[in-house]
Amino acid sequence: MADLLIELFSEEIPARMQKRASEDLKSLVTNGLVEAGLTYASAGAFATPRRLALSVEGLLDASPTTVEERKGPRVDAPEKALEGFLRGAGVTKDDLEIRDEKKGQVYFAKITKPGRPAAEIVAEVLEATVRNFPWPKSMRWGAGSLKWVRPLHSIVCLMTREDGAEVVPLDIDGITSGNTVWGHRFMSAGSFKVTSFDDYAAKLKQNFVVLDPQERADHIWHDATNQAFAQGLEVVEDKGLLSEVAGLVEWPVVLMGEIGEDFLGLPPEVLQTSMREHQKFFSVKNPKTGRIEKFVTVANRETADNGATILAGNQKVLSARLSDAKFFWENDVRTVEREGMEAMSAPLANVTFHNKLGSEAERIARIAALAADIAPIVGAEAGEAELTAKVAKADLSSEMVYEFPELQGVMGRYYAKKAGLSDAVADACRDHYSPLGPSDDVPTEPVSVAVALADKLDKLTGFWAIDEKPTGSKDPFALRRAALGVIRLLITNDVRMSLDRFIDAQLLAHKIAAADENDGIIDTLKEILDEIAEHGVFGAAFDAISDKLTETQKDEVKTVAGSVPDTSDDLLSFFHDRLKVFLRDEGIRHDVIDACLAMPGNDDITLLVKRARALQAMLDTEDGTNLIQGFKRANNILTQAEEKDGVEYSFGPDVKFAETDEEKALFAALDTASEEIKPAMKAEDFTAAMSAMADMRPSVDAFFEAVQINTDSDIVRRNRLNLLGRIREICLSVADLTRIES
Amino acid sequence: MSLSPSENVEKPRSFQEIILRLQSYWASRGCAILQPYDMEVGAGTFHPATTLRSLGSNAWAAAYVQPSRRPTDGRYGENPNRLQHYYQYQVLIKPSPPDLQDLYLGSLKAIGIDTDLHDIRFVEDDWESPTLGAWGLGWEVWCDGMEVSQFTYFQQVGGHDCKPVSGELTYGLERLAMYVLGIDHVMNMPFNDPQSPIPLTYGDVFKQTEEEYSRHNFDVANTEKLLSDFVNAEKECHAILDQAQIDPKTGKRIVMAHPAYDQCIKASHIFNLLDARGVISVTERQAYIGRVRALAKACADAFVQTTAGGWTPDTAPEVESA
Repeated sequence: MADLLIELFSEEIPARMQKRASEDLKSLVTNGLVEAGLTYASAGAFATPRRLALSVEGLLDASPTTVEERKGPRVDAPEKALEGFLRGAGVTKDDLEIRDEKKGQVYFAKITKPGRPAAEIVAEVLEATVRNFPWPKSMRWGAGSLKWVRPLHSIVCLMTREDGAEVVPLDIDGITSGNTVWGHRFMSAGSFKVTSFDDYAAKLKQNFVVLDPQERADHIWHDATNQAFAQGLEVVEDKGLLSEVAGLVEWPVVLMGEIGEDFLGLPPEVLQTSMREHQKFFSVKNPKTGRIEKFVTVANRETADNGATILAGNQKVLSARLSDAKFFWENDVRTVEREGMEAMSAPLANVTFHNKLGSEAERIARIAALAADIAPIVGAEAGEAELTAKVAKADLSSEMVYEFPELQGVMGRYYAKKAGLSDAVADACRDHYSPLGPSDDVPTEPVSVAVALADKLDKLTGFWAIDEKPTGSKDPFALRRAALGVIRLLITNDVRMSLDRFIDAQLLAHKIAAADENDGIIDTLKEILDEIAEHGVFGAAFDAISDKLTETQKDEVKTVAGSVPDTSDDLLSFFHDRLKVFLRDEGIRHDVIDACLAMPGNDDITLLVKRARALQAMLDTEDGTNLIQGFKRANNILTQAEEKDGVEYSFGPDVKFAETDEEKALFAALDTASEEIKPAMKAEDFTAAMSAMADMRPSVDAFFEAVQINTDSDIVRRNRLNLLGRIREICLSVADLTRIES
Repeated sequence: MSLSPSENVEKPRSFQEIILRLQSYWASRGCAILQPYDMEVGAGTFHPATTLRSLGSNAWAAAYVQPSRRPTDGRYGENPNRLQHYYQYQVLIKPSPPDLQDLYLGSLKAIGIDTDLHDIRFVEDDWESPTLGAWGLGWEVWCDGMEVSQFTYFQQVGGHDCKPVSGELTYGLERLAMYVLGIDHVMNMPFNDPQSPIPLTYGDVFKQTEEEYSRHNFDVANTEKLLSDFVNAEKECHAILDQAQIDPKTGKRIVMAHPAYDQCIKASHIFNLLDARGVISVTERQAYIGRVRALAKACADAFVQTTAGGWTPDTAPEVESA
């Protein structure tokens, strides 16, 4: 048994690549070893800014000898076949064994592959790993052709056994392996030799390098929170920044510094973003006031002055940065205070949103119209929603958002307040982008909801109108996220809205926007757009005004906008697909959703979800599962009978032909169920409807247990089939249970 | 622990002393100290000693100051850090030596940055110049959180793979000097020794020109003339490169890569001026950048057909016939 230590020492590896690189090193080397027959007990990989390291423990000293048996030609086969076989197997005729098989005597060869020493395999595997390493970006340097993330300087490749350590010889384009390790770039006295992984890690630490990134991150977090706590402050958590900063230092030293008094009036988001993005500082908050008052920076070394020079330098750089931010903030505030948010929006007329979908200003106008349209449905005031939509993206042209794009919305809220707009409008400026991720908060204020829905629906219909839909893993405009956003907005706020109407209308709005301005057809299209609100969908709206149109006009409308219904269906089914993904996480099966999709009103997401949740809940009960079986049985019998008889058994059965108690009981149960289900469905109380349906179960079961459908009496038989028809009718009025898989 | 202060390098006292120390440091490390290129450029990289000399197989080591112009950064001399005209210090060594990082750190010590007291970091920053059709990998170098240099291993220039690879160092001289000298506003920085009989600040030298050029660049530069100058430079560049390789007068093979490249530099600067005048829309911008890049590529193609670009009659016989 041996332990293996590998270190690849280079110039500074980008922080964001280190974790992945150490994992890749581990898997490439260990997979290579195992493939060559060298098994091992355990392995661990590490990264610092200047090195990737791998420790493999309990490695075999050599790969085992393997014996492979290969079947050859028959003994009476032509000589040539035998020659070929011997050549392929690398054996002589004397090595062959003859065995009796069904078809006669056959040659067999035993091919022995001797094991190889571990060092030989390690050298090969490491060289292949270095040469084919999957860096996201790699480079050449000097006059060589080897590629690495930055120039590779040295390789440690060492096998340690009880009797000592031995360098595995390796030469990759002039970089030879050894056991020499360099410590911290500035703090270490120089290089040193190592004998094992433990020796390596310990000596690195003596030479001011903490090998394990997790240990560095823990140290940083521990020190930072302690220093903040000592002053009654707290560090704002930022896991991404922590792991990045841990990848920028080998010897982390935490220093806490002051933010100049001048800058404490900036919005906290601005302070935090500027410090994180430009300086990689953590923000330190006063928990009493919520204000960010200090920062934490992480240096890569200790100094004789305990970091005083470093901290002073960092503070100075921060001041210069924040002066810029303050300058932007003050300019932006001056603009909106004097001239309002509209003035800030004005330049958006010159900003292209997408070359086929026009400028940001045109987009905003479409969103505003749609938001006004949606407003009454979500309980917002149309005028306010329209106004909000018009100013909600004004901050895109602010200096601050130009500098920090991630502050879009957040700044909009501040500027709207400074412009004297209401809190609801200001909040909507920030919140209309939400929800972004699947766990992001969903806005609930009516104005925010109206604008958020309009924003996303305009985007989706726009990209559908120009046929730039997501394909496979490609979704450059984040349309899946937008659709999920719409779904969550509707469900969370219990919004009842017919998506068809708004999709059709907005698709048409995009067609109008794309049409030639001088085209006479635009007025007609606008007329249809007005009618959609009345008639629900494009087709009906078109029919409503088609009497007034000449044949030529009709043709023109069809040319420009004829694709709207198909595109609309396609987008709706995209919503349905997203909904399935979303509900799957809730534990709702896809067939349950299919059963609900088959019902009318499936463009009303909230209704659809209510139905699906109720159906899933029913299926989760014993009564529910059994009822489905009963329904299926009834449906199968009916389908067969209807096929055979060529009639549909949907005519009301009559209780007077009922012969058995079970039959009579079923009549009564069906009456009760339908009396409960009808009003429940009308009230969209699916839970009540489903439970009334599930209540039929004992009677349905008892009926099937006791009653034979087929009897001599044709009347009785038909009556029974019609009775099954009622079960089917009642069940299908709730959801299309034929879609449920057993 | 090696916390003892290193050899105590005396702090420089002026902007020019920092430049002089860099010059003498890189001279002592074997670089040819060149003078600035005599044309308006946006960055030291544009100097043919970098762009063109990074191409081909010949070894090269040069360092120089390059006055650089970025018309959009003009702030009438009022902003503490931003200037439309500033200096870059540029080092280019091909092939990049294995100890380039150490050489670079030595240059920081030479200008008075005590690496035992400061926190020097190499932070990922990939360099790309769409106008030069060039890219490389490297870092921005941080000193106590401030970017003091760009450090790049050129991988491609003018569409050509760099073989061997050049190591490029770029120092933003004003910013670096302000940091070393502890100055908050660039205009207050001593240009020569403050103890001189006639002490001059950076502002004494450049405050007025910053004002003049800011006004000119933003509001006065004649855009119609600039637009036609751009087209003319572009045409001239191609016309130069279209000439036969054999000079009919001398009978020698003379590929005019440098004169053509001058026109590329000109076009690039005119584009920057047009940009500052705000007459280039977002979509046009890309098109203009593409046009400058096409010139840079054509010049790079020509340069590798020259002796300095590694061309020899033996290595490229097929070109003779072309």
